Amino acid sequence: MAAAPFATPQLKGYPVIPLVQQGAMAHSKPFVASAPIQKALGFPEELVENWQDKAIAKMGELLGKYRSLRVYMDTCVHCGACSDKCHYFLGTGDPKNMPVARQDLMRKVYRRYFTFAGKYFPWLVGAVDLTKEVLDDWYSYYNQCSECRRCSVFCPYGIDTAEVTMAAREIMASVGQGQKYSNEIIGKVHRIGNNLGIPAKALENTLEGLEEDTKEATGVDVRFPLNVKGAEVLLVTPSADFFSEPHVESLIGYAKVFHAAGISWTLSSHASEAGNFGLFIGNYDQMRDISMRVREAALELGVKRIIVGECGHAWRVAYNFWNTLIGPFDFLDQRYPVPQHICECTYDLIQRGALTFDREANDGRIITFHDSCNVARASRMGGMPGGQFIIPRAIIKAVANHFHDMAPETIREQTFCCGGGGGLLTDDLMELRVKGALPRMEALKSVVDEHGVNFMATICAICKAQFSKVLPSYGFEMEMIGGVHQLVGTAIRLGSPK
Amino acid sequence: MAFELNGKVYETDEEGYLVNLADWDEDAAKYIAGVENVEMTENHWEVVNFLREYYNDYQIAPAVRVLTKEIGKKLGAEKGNSKYLYELFPYGPAKQACKIAGLPKPTGCV
Repeated sequence: MAAAPFATPQLKGYPVIPLVQQGAMAHSKPFVASAPIQKALGFPEELVENWQDKAIAKMGELLGKYRSLRVYMDTCVHCGACSDKCHYFLGTGDPKNMPVARQDLMRKVYRRYFTFAGKYFPWLVGAVDLTKEVLDDWYSYYNQCSECRRCSVFCPYGIDTAEVTMAAREIMASVGQGQKYSNEIIGKVHRIGNNLGIPAKALENTLEGLEEDTKEATGVDVRFPLNVKGAEVLLVTPSADFFSEPHVESLIGYAKVFHAAGISWTLSSHASEAGNFGLFIGNYDQMRDISMRVREAALELGVKRIIVGECGHAWRVAYNFWNTLIGPFDFLDQRYPVPQHICECTYDLIQRGALTFDREANDGRIITFHDSCNVARASRMGGMPGGQFIIPRAIIKAVANHFHDMAPETIREQTFCCGGGGGLLTDDLMELRVKGALPRMEALKSVVDEHGVNFMATICAICKAQFSKVLPSYGFEMEMIGGVHQLVGTAIRLGSPK
Repeated sequence: MAFELNGKVYETDEEGYLVNLADWDEDAAKYIAGVENVEMTENHWEVVNFLREYYNDYQIAPAVRVLTKEIGKKLGAEKGNSKYLYELFPYGPAKQACKIAGLPKPTGCV
């Protein structure tokens, strides 16, 4: 694919904070959403004539609606604790990718229009007008934040940088400057039901194929049911699980877990997507409309439980927002978590002794675990502190013999983003994606060198796709990345073949 | 954006995917392959033709598993895997082969 050439950063033996390179990523920006893409979401088709007034008005609306945003605008003291915590800064050296500086692109406009000092003495307080130049800077750098919130972990005030990025993207979309990748995908969900745009007939054909493949590989009739009324569980999973490698291996893993545990389950062609890019563009209405398909499908199929597959931000939306977006869930079985993560489901079954494994089946793999940002820093599992870290690792250790964690400052709540999250997993941002993966690649390299790790498990479709793409740039095999339920699926005992 | 071959104009999007599926013909495929540095062999054509057939039936490119299984049947079991497809289309069978086949780009977490 034709793209401007760039050099992949060198992997160093230990993390080095890069020298600042002013403007190093100023050229990086994703394609702007075209008129038809914008129109489908109810956004203006192109940059509107009075965009400046509209943008300021939108900012005022958001400041009123989200008090947190106003606090984040007012409270930063520029202490610098966040400055070397962002993977995009560490990978690119561009000072505007220091979280504090990226936020300040909005903060200086906020000061100009919403504070006394900025209105009357802008030169004293670093307040600036919202010019086209500033807007262009916003478009470039607010599309160089994956909303992973690693910086927020280190902020003494707890400023949620992702929320600032979301607000900026929301303001830009509302004046006609939407981002093609995310907005095109959201349109597909509304039209077809999933990010990939897989229609029901194709989904049915794909699932039939998986039943054949699994039968051939195991001799057992493992089912991949679609739109089955009266099933106990509705599984909502990223559509990449149907379409891509290695994602599909985890889908096979979920099916085997349900089979082995004797749980009746179904997928839905109406809610054939767990992902919710409404979160990435900071738009409440889009996020609600996408989520609503899950409620509709659950009611239509009469299920008792909703389980979410391996998708990082889907779990954030489900865990944090579903109850207010699409609740109440009084029609579901309250004895189970509502909603439940597939890892919680599998973990509970393991605890109860309901699943058995041939761990040796994974002996060819020396495994590490990449915590996905939205799971790690915006959710929980198993109703216990740190459950989102403990449970996936406990599953891996139950199904495989060789596990090694990466360095402590690169995992759990301090995990580094894969480099492709938050609506940036697009070909037009390949340079950013490769460079942003640097901190994770360095941490991976040290467990590869020390322990011979050859498999990095994760529970996010974006992480899987991003690493498949960027691992080869750093000299690793793309097959090194896979899902936790890929490992489960390899080792699980299914009973006697028929 | 567009390119022109033998007097026929092919409209494309920013990334070089054909805008109108019906515009596609073998010349367009060869042209796009050239831009992508892919030299079209018989096996490349097998993949491209299957993608178009499948799209015609299902309005979406086949999932990777569906594709590898079909290619395994057509070209031999040893070729029915992603690794072989990546040899044919180094940027990834889903995106690069779809582009050459004149299909829309697969979107999402892929």
